[in-house]
Amino acid sequence: MLHIVACIKQVPDTKIIKMNPKTNTMDRSSAPAILNPYDSHAVEEAVRLRARYGGVVSVLTMGPPPAVKAIRKCIEIGADEGYMITDRAFAGADTLATSYALTKALEKIALIRPIDLIICGKMTIDGDTGQVGPGIARRLDMPPLTSVNKVVEVNRAEGYAIVHRKLEDGYEVIRSTLPCLFSVEKEINEVPYSTLPNMLRAARYKPNIWAVSDLGEIDKTQLGLKGSPTIVSSVWAPQKPQGGKVLEGEPEDQIRQLLDVVLARKELFEAGAGGGAN
Amino acid sequence: MNFEDYRGVWVFIEEKDGAVAKVSLELLGAGRVLADKRKTELAGVLIGDNVQELAQTVFEYGADKVYVYDVPIYRFYRTETYMRAMLACVEKHKPEILLYGATSTGKDLASAVATDLPTGLTADTTQLDVEEDTGLLLASRPAFGGNIMATILCKKYRPQMATVRPKVMKALPRNEKASGVIIEECIPITEDDIRTKVLEIVRSTTQHVRIDEADIIVAGGKGLGGPAGFQVVHQLAETLGAAVGASRDVVEAGWIPHHHQVGQTGVTVTPKIYFAIGISGAIQHLVGMQNSGLIIAINKDPSAPIFQSSHYGIVGDALTIVPMLTEAFKTALGRKEEADAGKV
Ligand SMILES: Cc1cc2nc3c(=O)[nH]c(=O)nc-3n(C[C@H](O)[C@H](O)[C@H](O)COP(=O)(O)OP(=O)(O)OC[C@H]3O[C@@H](n4cnc5c(N)ncnc54)[C@H](O)[C@@H]3O)c2cc1C
Ligand SMILES: Nc1ncnc2c1ncn2[C@@H]1O[C@H](COP(=O)(O)O)[C@@H](O)[C@H]1O
Repeated sequence: MLHIVACIKQVPDTKIIKMNPKTNTMDRSSAPAILNPYDSHAVEEAVRLRARYGGVVSVLTMGPPPAVKAIRKCIEIGADEGYMITDRAFAGADTLATSYALTKALEKIALIRPIDLIICGKMTIDGDTGQVGPGIARRLDMPPLTSVNKVVEVNRAEGYAIVHRKLEDGYEVIRSTLPCLFSVEKEINEVPYSTLPNMLRAARYKPNIWAVSDLGEIDKTQLGLKGSPTIVSSVWAPQKPQGGKVLEGEPEDQIRQLLDVVLARKELFEAGAGGGAN
Repeated sequence: MNFEDYRGVWVFIEEKDGAVAKVSLELLGAGRVLADKRKTELAGVLIGDNVQELAQTVFEYGADKVYVYDVPIYRFYRTETYMRAMLACVEKHKPEILLYGATSTGKDLASAVATDLPTGLTADTTQLDVEEDTGLLLASRPAFGGNIMATILCKKYRPQMATVRPKVMKALPRNEKASGVIIEECIPITEDDIRTKVLEIVRSTTQHVRIDEADIIVAGGKGLGGPAGFQVVHQLAETLGAAVGASRDVVEAGWIPHHHQVGQTGVTVTPKIYFAIGISGAIQHLVGMQNSGLIIAINKDPSAPIFQSSHYGIVGDALTIVPMLTEAFKTALGRKEEADAGKV
């Protein structure tokens, strides 16, 4: 039976987050915690593959205890099982330490039910790197397939998958052996509204929760802040360019002034210049 | 790990349509500054099939040395093959800093290499500097949705790695007389070892405008009210022979496809002229266009942040001002008849 695990994260909604301008830290209380938008597409794709091929969809997250809510959201989308690893020792992890911890959890999940496919989001909106997915794939020695925007086929019996990977100017069709890992683009699917049965199930759902001590043999020096090669040394408010000149007068005057400014760069408008032509 | 063994600044050289990708040239420019500060060499790593001749370009844009892996197995980018080449090169020649373009290929490769080495990797860097004495790389990037800038360090591991956003670093002027050392590298690798196969590459046939290459961009935002209002942007762009850009909210509303989106989760652009029409000027938009040569904002709200970031502004209703502007340009440019001629 096809077993797909989607890796998901709860994140602060950076769209409405408020920053403390004195310390340049986020005011976490100002931002509701949501399921990372990219990860909802990862879960949705897993659910769609299950509809096509049968199987089981699990979701895995590493985060503080309230992140259970993000798992519930995934159950609403249609996931079957939820796993969460939570422990103080994980705190402060960068992408390398995160992929290590998640890999340990995936190894444990695989003991319960072997994993054929792992699906990650393109990136998180707080970490914003897209590095965790490929990191997990390398640690489990699976081929990482990033920028996936279409799944053509997953063939468990013959052990391969075919997907489209988005390129800057098109896409490539790539075939990989299973198991492998996809990082999926947002455009891969649309997440529909949850169904009532899923919502009811989600409300009652209790995920499997593990601490470091549940993860078997683990190298504690590779976890959390201690296990993170990158550190944030300073933060500052982004510099904004200086404000310029607001043109005065009636619209006709404003337009005349603007024309003068723009046409001073006449060379840009010679035949063939401008546009994407160069 | 003995840091003394790690010397030199490297750039992963990406190939695009038989030439060196622009982002790689930009990184050579940035890498040169770092290498000079550290009094060390700048090298490119070139992986592909029939790519050795590109080494000359890499020298012309600032490198002293190029490591080349040139066999047919590298014809198409694949994580598995490129990663092995890069890992072998790093283990053998030990750079202190290794930069990649933050393109889909560069990010994919860097993430895999960082895990295997292992070392720290900073994503989507927009500013680079190095401490002359310690060699510590100061890689800065927008964080938390662009709300802050953060400087990231990697103190315990070498090489220090970063992916760098296209269009933020400056390439050096080309020096045709430059030359350097080519080092041919090779690792045992056969197709049988590789679990991924590229079956087909499909280039999008719709010739969509590459906004990152445009000299003039006319960008529209949510303030235009809807797809009908957004037409004024298309009309002005056509008249100017410009590319069309958009804010994320417009793209999410479905008025225009994603490849027109400017900003943190879209494209970074540096045209000579950028029109921001009905765009509020959120920080995530600004990071994608603030290095444009001339920024012109049209917005009906005089307190819109975009005015803080533009060279010239007009406060008013875009739906009346932009059509007037288009007409004025048509007349000035003698384009009344051939309004479509500049279309790309
Ligand atoms: C993680 C993250 C990443 C993001 N990435 C991007 C990105 O890459 N690119 C991006 O653009 N945004 C991005 N955003 C979104 C960004 O924060 C803003 O929400 C977005 O840029 C706003 O788009 P807008 O300016 O079109 O719309 P609004 O903010 O709604 O602004 C509309 C403006 O139009 C003006 N207006 C209204 N009517 C008229 C009229 N008739 N004539 C003239 N002016 C008028 C209004 O005064 C207002 O200033 C991102 C956000 C997050 C959290
Ligand atoms: N703490 C986490 N728990 C589970 N999955 C994660 C976590 N962090 C990142 N991921 C996965 O890795 C992807 C890329 O994350 P990032 O590298 O942080 O941009 C996300 O879309 C998730 O699928």
